[in-house]
Amino acid sequence: MKILNSRRDFIKTGALVTGGVFASPFVVPGAYAAPANELKLAVIGCGGRGTGAVFQAMETGHPIKLVAMADAFRDRLDNSHKLILEKYGASKVAVPEEMKLTGFEGYKEAIAAADVVILATPPGFRPMHFEEAVKQGKQIFMEKPVATDAAGIRRVLKAAEEAKAKKLNVVVGLQRHYQNNYRETIKRIHDGAIGDITGGQVFWNDGGVWVRERQPGQTEMEYQMRNWYYFNWLCGDHITEQHVHNIDVANWVKKGYPVKAEGTGGRQVRTSKETGEIFDHHVVTFTYADGSVIHSECRHFPGAANRVDESFQGTKGKVYMSGGNHGVLTDWKGNELYNHPRDNQPNPYQQEHDELWAVLMKGEYKFADAENAAKSTMTSIMGRYATYSGKPLTWDEAMNGSVDLFPERLAWDAMPKLLPDADGYYPHAVPGKTKVI
Amino acid sequence: MLNINSLKTIMMNIKYLGICALMLMSFDATDSNFEGYSQKIPGTQVIFDMTPIQAGTFKMGNDDSQNLDEKPAHEVKIDAFWMGTHEVTWDAFELFLDKNYELAISEEPIGERVDGLSRPSLPYLDMTFGMGKEEKPAIGMTQYGAIQYCHWLFLKTGIFYRLPTEAEWEYAAKAGSNTMYFFGDDPKALGDYAWTAENSNESTQKVGAKKPSPWGLYDIYGNVLEWTYDQYDIDFYKRSAKENPVNPAEKLYPRVVRGGSFASSPAEATSAKRFLSSPDWKRMDPQIPKSQWWFPEAPFLGLRLVRPWIPPSPEEINAYYTKSPITDY
Repeated sequence: MKILNSRRDFIKTGALVTGGVFASPFVVPGAYAAPANELKLAVIGCGGRGTGAVFQAMETGHPIKLVAMADAFRDRLDNSHKLILEKYGASKVAVPEEMKLTGFEGYKEAIAAADVVILATPPGFRPMHFEEAVKQGKQIFMEKPVATDAAGIRRVLKAAEEAKAKKLNVVVGLQRHYQNNYRETIKRIHDGAIGDITGGQVFWNDGGVWVRERQPGQTEMEYQMRNWYYFNWLCGDHITEQHVHNIDVANWVKKGYPVKAEGTGGRQVRTSKETGEIFDHHVVTFTYADGSVIHSECRHFPGAANRVDESFQGTKGKVYMSGGNHGVLTDWKGNELYNHPRDNQPNPYQQEHDELWAVLMKGEYKFADAENAAKSTMTSIMGRYATYSGKPLTWDEAMNGSVDLFPERLAWDAMPKLLPDADGYYPHAVPGKTKVI
Repeated sequence: MLNINSLKTIMMNIKYLGICALMLMSFDATDSNFEGYSQKIPGTQVIFDMTPIQAGTFKMGNDDSQNLDEKPAHEVKIDAFWMGTHEVTWDAFELFLDKNYELAISEEPIGERVDGLSRPSLPYLDMTFGMGKEEKPAIGMTQYGAIQYCHWLFLKTGIFYRLPTEAEWEYAAKAGSNTMYFFGDDPKALGDYAWTAENSNESTQKVGAKKPSPWGLYDIYGNVLEWTYDQYDIDFYKRSAKENPVNPAEKLYPRVVRGGSFASSPAEATSAKRFLSSPDWKRMDPQIPKSQWWFPEAPFLGLRLVRPWIPPSPEEINAYYTKSPITDY
C-alpha cells in the first residue's frame, strides 16, 4: 500500500515538533545517492541490543545517517557510539555532542531529530517512548516486549491505533515473524496441513541471564536501572522479557489470544539479593476461545536441562518449531509433511531491518506489528499475573488490571516502588497473597 | 603417579608463582610419572580423564589430499603432553560458565581467585540447542571462552591446562598412522569410531560411546569440532617450525578447529583436514559488540584439553591466560 498524503504530513509533523523544516527523505523515493534522501536515524537505548539494531539498519546498505542517541547512562551511550563510529565512519554517524542525550528525558529530543527511531531500552520504558515516537510521526523499529504491565499495554495499544491512522511503519523485534522456518511452517498450519490446533507446549527453559552487582555510590534508581532484568517495572520477569517469543508463536499459530490463564511459579534457586524480585520459574496453561489449551513453561535453573521451542498438536497431525530453524510437520501416522531446511537460513535480526528499510526507502506503508506485539506481551503478563497470584484470571481481567508498576517520578534520586529490606533483599510475589490486578 | 589431591590442597589459595614453583618441583621426576590420570574438579563430583601422548616425530599434513592447505606433508617433532580422553562436557563447562551454579554445588569455598575470574556472559539463547547436557560435549564457545575455561581449571587445580596446538592435535589423532584415519583410508569404517552426519541424527552424542583411537582418545573424529590454539594460514606448512610448530592467533578469524563433527561428512572428518572458524557462526548474535564467549550458530564446535608434560614458566602461563580478546562486531 502506498502512503497517500503521508509525505506532506511527515514534514508537517516534524516542523511542528522542532519548529524547523526537515528535508524529507520521502520526497524523492528511490534516489538513493542523493544526500537529501538520507534517512535520519535515532537510537533510544544504547545497550547491546540497541547498538546491534543500528548495525543491522546500516547493514541494509541504504543511505542512513545516525543523528541522535539517547540512553539513561552516558557510559553506555559512549560505548555504543564508539563501536558504531568505528564500524561505519563519520559519513554514516553524525551525532554531535548536543545530540548525545542522557537521563530520562533525552528520548524526546532524539526522536525529534530523526525520521526513523530504534526503541531498545528495557521494556518498562517502551510505552512512553513508543507514544512519543508515534506522536511525533516517526517510523519505528522497537524491541520486544513492549510493556511490563497492563497499564503499559493499554498505552501501547492506543498508540498503535494512532500509528495505523498516521500510516507509520512499526516493526517489532519478535524476530520469529521474520524467520523463514516459522513463516513457512505456520503458513502451512493455517492452510490446514495438520487440521485444527487443539493444544500445544511452548518452552524457554535455560540457565538464566546476566546479573549486575550494586556499586558504591549508586542511588536505588540507578542500581535498579543497571540491574534491570530483576525488577518488574523495567523487565516484566523472564516470562515476559524472554518467553514472550514462544507465547507469541502460540498466538500466531492460534490466530488469537487466550481468554484465560492459570499457573504456578516461584523462586526455587534464584534466592540472592542480586536477583531482585523476579521468579525463576513459571508454568502456565493458556485457554483459547475455542477451548484449546497451550502449556507454557519458562525457567532459569542452572545445571538443569535446557529447552527453547514450540510444539502444537492438531486434529490431523503435529508440528515442532524452534529458533534453530526447525519447522517440522508430521501427520498422526508419522509421515513427514514438511521439514524446513535448516542450513544457510537468513538471520532474522537482519531480515527485520532489510524488510523495514526497503519499505521506508520507497516511502510505503506496510508494517503494523505493534498491536500483536502488545497483545502477545499482554499474554505473557497475564501468565505472570496468574503465577504471582496463584489464581486463574481472564483476558479482560488481566487487560483491565489497575496495578501500575511504574515509579511516580523518574529521577536518579526518586524511589522506585519496590525497595529492598534492611538486609538488601527485595520482596517478591507470594502466590495466594499477592495482588496483581 | 602424581598425587593430584594433595597437590590440590596445598595449592588452593596461592598465586601463580607459588603454584608454578610447586609444579616444577613435582615435575622434577622421571618419565615413570607419565601415566594417564583422572582429574577431579575440586569441591565437586566432576571428574575427567587425561591420556598420555608420548613425545615423538610424525608426518604432518597429507600430500595426497585435494586440499592445498594440507601440503606439503612435513616432518614435525612434538613434545610429550596429556590430552583429554574425551571432549569437555557440559558437566564441567557449566560450572565455569555460571559462578552462582558453581557456588551452589561446591562442597567448599571456591577461593578468591576463582571467584574473581571473568566468566562468560550467560548466553541469552539455549546454547545446548536442545541436544542435552549430561555427558554431552559443551558447545558453541569461542576460542577465548575455551581458553578461559582452561584458566578457570588452572585456578581450581593448579595445573596448566590449555588448548592443543594444531600440530599436537594432528599428532594425537594420527596415533602413528600415515593414513587418512588412524584405522586406514576407508570412510565407511568411521562409524565404529565416530559420530558424523551419517549416524548422529544431527545431534551431539554422549562422549566415549564409540571405539577409541589406538592411543586411547575417544571421539577424536566427529561429535564436535575441537578448538586448537592456531591461526589458520593456508601456507603455514611451507614455513612452520620443525619442532612444536604453532601459529599464535593475532586475528579473530579464521582460527583452526579440527576433527569434524556430528554435522560433517565421514570423508572430511580426517586426521589432516583443517577446518576454519568463521564470523558466520555469530550472525545470529543480536548484540553489538558481539559476544566474546559464544557462537550461537556453532552447535558443532567444542574443545579437548591438553596439559604439556613440561609446563611453561609462570610468566608464560600468565600470558597464555590473560591475552585480551579481540572485540568482534
